Amino acid sequence: MIGFFEDLQVGDNEVLGSYVFTRERIIRFAQKFDPQPFHLSNEAAAKTHFGRLCASGWHTASIFMRLLVLKKQAQEKKARESGIPVALTGPSPGFENLKWLKPVYADDEIRYHREIKSKRESRSRPDWGIIQSSNHGVNQNGEPVFFFQGVIFVQRRLQEPPRL
Amino acid sequence: MSQHEYHFEDLPPDFVLDLGTFTIHRKDIVEFAEEFDPQPFHLDDEAGKASMLGGLAASGWHIASLTMRLLAEELLNKSSCQGSPGVSKLNWLKPVFPEDVLSARVKVLSSRALRSRTGVGLVNMELETRNQHDVPVLVFENTILFGLKNTETV
Repeated sequence: MIGFFEDLQVGDNEVLGSYVFTRERIIRFAQKFDPQPFHLSNEAAAKTHFGRLCASGWHTASIFMRLLVLKKQAQEKKARESGIPVALTGPSPGFENLKWLKPVYADDEIRYHREIKSKRESRSRPDWGIIQSSNHGVNQNGEPVFFFQGVIFVQRRLQEPPRL
Repeated sequence: MSQHEYHFEDLPPDFVLDLGTFTIHRKDIVEFAEEFDPQPFHLDDEAGKASMLGGLAASGWHIASLTMRLLAEELLNKSSCQGSPGVSKLNWLKPVFPEDVLSARVKVLSSRALRSRTGVGLVNMELETRNQHDVPVLVFENTILFGLKNTETV
């Protein structure tokens, strides 16, 4: 889902990729960023209501970001090779309604997808438009585990792209 | 009685706790970005300068995750925390640059006991992270589940 603000359409839907939350990956993230017992070991998790090791919600969110950026960069590389101009995307001002719907347990495979829900021009930054998306993570049993509504700046086609 | 310092009842509206301070280093910004958010403005000085951020800046997910760490260490690991259903809103207000010194604080906005799960209450908390100039860089509302006093089975 690359392209300038004008190219992106409400309803565009894209699979970003999948990721297996292995025990090692869950523990490594938790040791750095979320050292609660149910994210650190099976033994400690067994004593909590989670019952077994599960991933930090911020880990689930960070992997969404990884897959989004890698997918976009692969598409941009292809576009450049074909001589198609590539729009810049800016940082995000934030999000709403992030939901950790079910625990992500060790060895769960989460598949992420993203749908464009709305678009508007930026009043303060005329070179940019604002895209709102719904973002989903679904586990190997088809159960939704992760959701949020994100906002991101995407460059408009109005003028010459700023120099990088 | 359990050993926890904080239960649902100890976290009423307007409860405030300072979560501490940390310095964010360039190598940590780049390391997080390489694994989770490899956009050029999180990896490279020149790309950062050319971007809306004005310089190499940390991924917003990195700042949120570091704030989570302080919340876990200073409050949740001393509490009857039973996980979180989500974050109703989050705003990345200002870029965070290498060697910025960040301080986080938690404030309870509202709380209610759950009807659907006996012995568990939901606390809506505001997390705010400020830089060394006392400017807020991140604010979010996180709902977290806590066990009530004297109802824990573990």
